[in-house]
Amino acid sequence: MPDDQTPESLLPLPPATFHILLAVADEDRHGYAIIQEVAARTAGEVRLSAGTLYRSIQRMVEQDLIGESVARPAPELDDERRRYYGITDFGRAVAGAEVQRLQGLLRIARATGVTPRRV
Amino acid sequence: MRVYALLLHVLPAALREEYGAEMTTAFARQLAGARGSTRVWTWLAGLSDVVRTAIHAHADLTWQDLRDTGRTCRRNRGFAAAVVTVSALGVGAATAAFSVADHVLVRPLPFADADRLVKLWQDQSYRGYSRMELSPGNYEDWRRQSHAFASMAAFTTNSVNAMTAAGPLRLDAALVSPNLFETLGVRAALGRTFVSADERDVSTKPVVLSNRLWRTTFGGRPDVLGMAVTLNGEGHVVVGVMPRGFDFPRRDSDVWLPLTFVPDDLGDRSNVYLQAIARLRPGVTLPEARAELNVIAEGLARAFPEANERTGATVIQLRDEVSRQSRLMLIALVGASACVLLIACANLASLLLARAVQRQRELTVRVAMGARPGRLARQLLTESLGLSAIGGSLGVALALVAVPAAAALVPTSLPIAEAPSADLRMLAVAAVATLVTGLGFGLVPAWRLGRGAAGGEFRHGSRVFGSGATERLRASFVVVEVAAAVVLLVTVGLFLRALWRVQDVNPGFHGEGVLTARTALPMPKYEATATREQLYARILADVRALPGVTSAAYTSFLPMVMRGGIWPVLTANSAAPREARMASVRYVTPDYFATLRIPLLGGRDVTLFDTQTSQYVAVVSQSFATAHWPDQDALGQHFSTALQERVVVGVVGDVRVRGLERESEPQVYLPSPQVPDGGIIFYAPKDLVIRTNGAPAALVPAVRAAVNRADPEQPISDVRTLADVVRLETSSRSAQLTVLLAFAAVAILLACLGIHGLLSYVVVARTQEIGVRMAFGATPTRVMALILGRTAALAGMGVAVGLVAAFAVSQSLQFLLAGVSPADGLTFAAAALLALVVALAASVLPVRRAVRVDPLAAIRAE
Repeated sequence: MPDDQTPESLLPLPPATFHILLAVADEDRHGYAIIQEVAARTAGEVRLSAGTLYRSIQRMVEQDLIGESVARPAPELDDERRRYYGITDFGRAVAGAEVQRLQGLLRIARATGVTPRRV
Repeated sequence: MRVYALLLHVLPAALREEYGAEMTTAFARQLAGARGSTRVWTWLAGLSDVVRTAIHAHADLTWQDLRDTGRTCRRNRGFAAAVVTVSALGVGAATAAFSVADHVLVRPLPFADADRLVKLWQDQSYRGYSRMELSPGNYEDWRRQSHAFASMAAFTTNSVNAMTAAGPLRLDAALVSPNLFETLGVRAALGRTFVSADERDVSTKPVVLSNRLWRTTFGGRPDVLGMAVTLNGEGHVVVGVMPRGFDFPRRDSDVWLPLTFVPDDLGDRSNVYLQAIARLRPGVTLPEARAELNVIAEGLARAFPEANERTGATVIQLRDEVSRQSRLMLIALVGASACVLLIACANLASLLLARAVQRQRELTVRVAMGARPGRLARQLLTESLGLSAIGGSLGVALALVAVPAAAALVPTSLPIAEAPSADLRMLAVAAVATLVTGLGFGLVPAWRLGRGAAGGEFRHGSRVFGSGATERLRASFVVVEVAAAVVLLVTVGLFLRALWRVQDVNPGFHGEGVLTARTALPMPKYEATATREQLYARILADVRALPGVTSAAYTSFLPMVMRGGIWPVLTANSAAPREARMASVRYVTPDYFATLRIPLLGGRDVTLFDTQTSQYVAVVSQSFATAHWPDQDALGQHFSTALQERVVVGVVGDVRVRGLERESEPQVYLPSPQVPDGGIIFYAPKDLVIRTNGAPAALVPAVRAAVNRADPEQPISDVRTLADVVRLETSSRSAQLTVLLAFAAVAILLACLGIHGLLSYVVVARTQEIGVRMAFGATPTRVMALILGRTAALAGMGVAVGLVAAFAVSQSLQFLLAGVSPADGLTFAAAALLALVVALAASVLPVRRAVRVDPLAAIRAE
């Protein structure tokens, strides 16, 4: 990550990046677990493909949004081929900035009377 | 899973090596959860995901590399400018040359199913003519008796006088059989072309206009159809306008008129003037058609032995109606452009290699920080391809400018546009040339980087682009550049010698100071010889009275403009060589020889008193006299030609009627009053020649006025000097030479840059060595000798290789060299010398830099 990079300079985040950040925000997860977590949180609406996931992970590691975690689960639950990814402080700051951006957008939408359609 | 893992190789290496195993695991788990048809869908989705990811990942990397390229180029503008300029020159030369060659030699003609169109000729190879026009009788028999063709059409070209609102106008006409347009598969843009009724009904006299004539003379009026036009004094009706770009049979055709035959035409089988084309019937091959026509020709040779003796048929693709000379010249042009491209590539490879050395530190640091050498190589390639793409775009612009200049190399015998238009084919050629340049100069440093990484040289801190190896590689590029430049120089030299040789040929007359003009006489108005003689007398009297005019005359045809007009000759001497039994016959008025300064070697000129009631006389050329009466005086001898027996009253010098590069038949000149009334009107004098002391061009208005006074309806055309006619003989050679010269100049310039670049690099890389040598007492002269010796060695190697290659190339160009030996020692020596001198000149700056090295500073730097 360049020294002068601010969280705001990465906004708006691509949807896949934001979802991955949220999936690893509370605990470190391996790749397939991220796919499952994102699918579960969005009720199956967002299904990340392996390609999208790892291209995003590669970029996010380069941008210091996430990092490979050293901590591993208990040996009986672990598969040594897996790599676990966790959110970094910078990643958390960027996710926060994105949330703020979305909130601002939401406020504008509400102020102009645009509300979700009731189904 | 093996398939999936294999497919992952489309991903960039970094992504695959880092995450490939995990991707495979993730996909395997997705697949494990799927059953039945869902399994198939999961597979498809997985595969398409890999491909999509690969495209995005590669695009990301390329974009990143391009941004880096932009940054580094901004820091190093000189380098970027050099790369762009060199690749623009290489790509521009290649694109222009390939486009012109493709246009003339490869691209299908602009007609439907053009590969089925063939050109038909009579074959009289036994007397050196494999492509002769047909007589109407033979054409009709070929057409009726053959089955190999869906249709066959004939045409001939002529000129007609048109009366327009703007005054009399001379138009180039094509007389065509009505089915010609159908044979070509072309329709009129407006109205119709001819129908078979036009052939039979000669009272309506339809005319079809070219698009150019319609737009210029008729203002592009849509109501032109049905309009009456006077051509050669007869009323015609416009029935159609051809589409733009229809250039058959020639690019300058203005109007098309139906070709009609009278019974006499069909009876005279020695009157050969028709050209014929045909469309092969589906399923019939060219050899089959050729065989069938030859059988028919054999039958005609038996039936009409006098005119058709040993006459066969030549059938060629219409596409191949390109002379061997044009074809070879274009191939030479493509070869020359390939040389320029090769030199450009070598030059760029050398430039980039030098730059890679400069960037050695940066690249080493990046490898030390974990960058993969493969990734760096990719970046170098992107950089070279990006720069060459910019150069390539400029090259296309250069080619667009250059192509019209090369139009002189497009033969007029093909019904195609003067110059190729910029289209996808041209862009494809440019793209390939750009790719070749980009890869050509990008691959070498990238490859060396990869090799260095494989040998672990980065890790050991040694120099991948170590000066020794790089210097050797760059030296070999210089050798290639010099060699290619020498090939071009030798080729240009040989063409230059050929041009000089042709220009040195004595045409037999003096063209300087002679103005020529054509007053094509409309028939039947000027059918009577007496009427014509009155016109000549009035015009010539007025013209001779003009200030500065020393003499003026009329002739049937100008030399080198009309090369035919050949008649058989009968003399009592049966031992005369075969070629002397044909003569180039011209009717002339008195003073023709004086006007052209053709020397009168004996006897007298023709006079106005040589009429049809006096004895029929002739003035013959020296070669004619020698061939027929080798040991006697030709004066007073009798012979027959042009329907009469004649007596020789004068002998004149020989003239190159067929042009500077071909042997001509002996010449016979007959007095104009002796043209039979209403007969052989084709030979009736119509070309005016005027010798003046002043500038010929200044005479033009007065000559026009003189013709106008004699006959206000008589147009005047083809106004030019006789010197221009002679110059035209060498104009295509000059044009070819100019194009090759431009290529050679670019080649030598690039080679020069290459040598300069290498030596500058050597001097910088060896500054310390030079410093140490100087500290130990080496004089500047010794240092200079060191650098110059290196230049001479490299250039010498390049010259040696180049001379051998040039020798091979020149052998294949022999046909174009007008008798100059393809191994002409002087040309080879001059090219070698020039290359060496240029190489040494290119080393001047580096040498200066070397002798100014401060030994102390150099050693301290170490």
